[in-house]
Amino acid sequence: MSDGRPKGARGERPVAFTTVSDLPIERLYTEAELGPSFAPDAKLGRPGEFPYTRGIHPTMYRGRLWTMRQFAGFGSAEDTNARFRYLLEHGQTGLSTAFDLPTLMGRDSDDALARGEVGREGVAIDTLADMELLFGGIPLDRVSTSMTINAPAAVLFCMYLAVAEKQGVSFSALNGTLQNDILKEYIAQKEWIYPPRPSMRIITDMMAYCCEHVPKWNTISISGYHIREAGSTAVQELAFTLADGIAYVQAGIDAGLSVDDFAPRLSFFFNSHNDFFEEIAKLRAARRIWAHVMRDRFHAKSERSLMLRFHTQTAGCSLTAQQPLNNIARVTVQALAAVLGGTQSLHTDSYDEALALPSERAVTVALRTQQILAEESGVVNTVDPLGGSYFVEALTDRVERDALAYIERIDEMGGMIAAIERGFPQKEIADASYHYQRQVDRGEKTIVGVNRYAAEDDVKPEILKVGDEVERAQLRRLAAVRAKRDAARLDRDLEALRAAAVSGANLIPAILDCVRGYGSVQEISQALVPAFGTYQEVSVL
Amino acid sequence: MGDARKLRLLVGKVGLDGHDRGAKIIARAFRDAGFEVIYTGLHQTPEQVVATAIQEDVDAVSLSILSGAHNYLFPRVIELLRERGGGDIAVFGGGIVPDEDIPGLVAAGVKAVFTPGVSTEAVVEWVRSNIPLRALG
Repeated sequence: MSDGRPKGARGERPVAFTTVSDLPIERLYTEAELGPSFAPDAKLGRPGEFPYTRGIHPTMYRGRLWTMRQFAGFGSAEDTNARFRYLLEHGQTGLSTAFDLPTLMGRDSDDALARGEVGREGVAIDTLADMELLFGGIPLDRVSTSMTINAPAAVLFCMYLAVAEKQGVSFSALNGTLQNDILKEYIAQKEWIYPPRPSMRIITDMMAYCCEHVPKWNTISISGYHIREAGSTAVQELAFTLADGIAYVQAGIDAGLSVDDFAPRLSFFFNSHNDFFEEIAKLRAARRIWAHVMRDRFHAKSERSLMLRFHTQTAGCSLTAQQPLNNIARVTVQALAAVLGGTQSLHTDSYDEALALPSERAVTVALRTQQILAEESGVVNTVDPLGGSYFVEALTDRVERDALAYIERIDEMGGMIAAIERGFPQKEIADASYHYQRQVDRGEKTIVGVNRYAAEDDVKPEILKVGDEVERAQLRRLAAVRAKRDAARLDRDLEALRAAAVSGANLIPAILDCVRGYGSVQEISQALVPAFGTYQEVSVL
Repeated sequence: MGDARKLRLLVGKVGLDGHDRGAKIIARAFRDAGFEVIYTGLHQTPEQVVATAIQEDVDAVSLSILSGAHNYLFPRVIELLRERGGGDIAVFGGGIVPDEDIPGLVAAGVKAVFTPGVSTEAVVEWVRSNIPLRALG
């Protein structure tokens, strides 16, 4: 061998052939690796048919390309509105909103904990006034909007409804997705307000409200993305996400909803990491497990309940600050895995995201990457081109088997909420993330440009800076709204919300009233604290 | 000092940032290196972190910040430590911090800022060479 290293025992290089998550990979896959029980009809079906392993539509991307949905949000509502309009003009087909940390935590911009964080990682929204600016000039009946918001999701959703009202758009015409996945907050992303059980009530209230009033809205985007970013393996991402999904469906049923009324509006959100085939296997296994869970465990009848629809984002945690242009290659591979895994929508990360919020130039390259895959690469021409590959099917089986074993353990603990309360998924992820970091430190896993092929003369691209003026301007706007609104009306509406929290009435109409009266995210969120309490994590190292 | 006291480090997450992957990894790496580690958990105010640091008599505070609020949070922690008699407690940290912000943080008293791609071994080595045991009264 030209590199002079010793040969492996079987004429192979002396390295471990494993996935990024450490699953062992064989030299060759044949029928033998699939095993005698592999029955294509039962395991794969046809695209658009149970168990949807090969995709949820018979035509897949021949019928319709995936939605190219780039997450955006920074600074003020006006800044983000400008970014939205830019993306719409450049061919993007859906909006995706990033909120700043105070908003995600249900805090107003003038709260002490918000200092230094206003508008930094996303857009700052305090009241309906900000939301009106955010969607100004964008007809809400003609876009689909995804909002990445969880603990205070009901409040932000009501703000969106109120903007629609002001535009004269009926709720039933609204299209979009709320992340609204509180369970993964306790597991991975760590942005919470209330403890898990009352948080589940808000979610089932929202599911019930949407069934009746906003039927095209996707009420929860059950998210593995953040679980993976927190350092999980691919199998853990899949297993914990589906276990979260099981908890939501069970909660909906327990709240008296009929499974086929709400399950079709559940969607999923996965990460696409570097290991190309492992990711494809994960996405194919996800569809197959979910179809079985919904049919066999929850007795869903509607096809739409059985189909796992999902959004994918390329793995932010895989991006390097070193030699940042290399990230374009990583994102391309990850995006291709998402497409071959059958994603319904996709966000491609920008190459500068390990350094700062993405610049306009980097966002454009990321969007162009998707357009090249869709319109130049030819991978969209046929459905599930990897179906039937010995390797891909064997790996799909392996990932499915390992994920089911996790789901079984979580069931034995009493379901995901109980598992979270005892710190189980949190600990599993922390262990996996530490294990991976040690492998990287020892050079057992390669990160190009970091632990191999590092360069001294690394050129850093220009990055986007969010200045302090955003925070000052936001504080002025919030103060102005507070001075102008009808305080007596808001007090009455907040009191009605507190009462609904205690009585068990659906919270959404009461929250909507508070929002219409320009109540703030924090005021409305805090109104539920007397009834619901707050959450404190017991940290597991 | 005659005794063989272990180095005591506080690993802290300040602000609303919930990204604790890095904080947990570095806390474990410090523990595996033989240091005593106190992890604050999430969503701490600078006041809370400083109160814990002083109460626990730590030798250094290691902050993990990925929210972009480093220019406010690092100097604020240092300022509070000085005000409350912990001016000799070293402060260092890591996270997503643009290179051009690092000189300002160092000028504000941050001993070192580790950015993505640094190995845990390198951080542990740096701590061994740069964080002395404080003389505790």
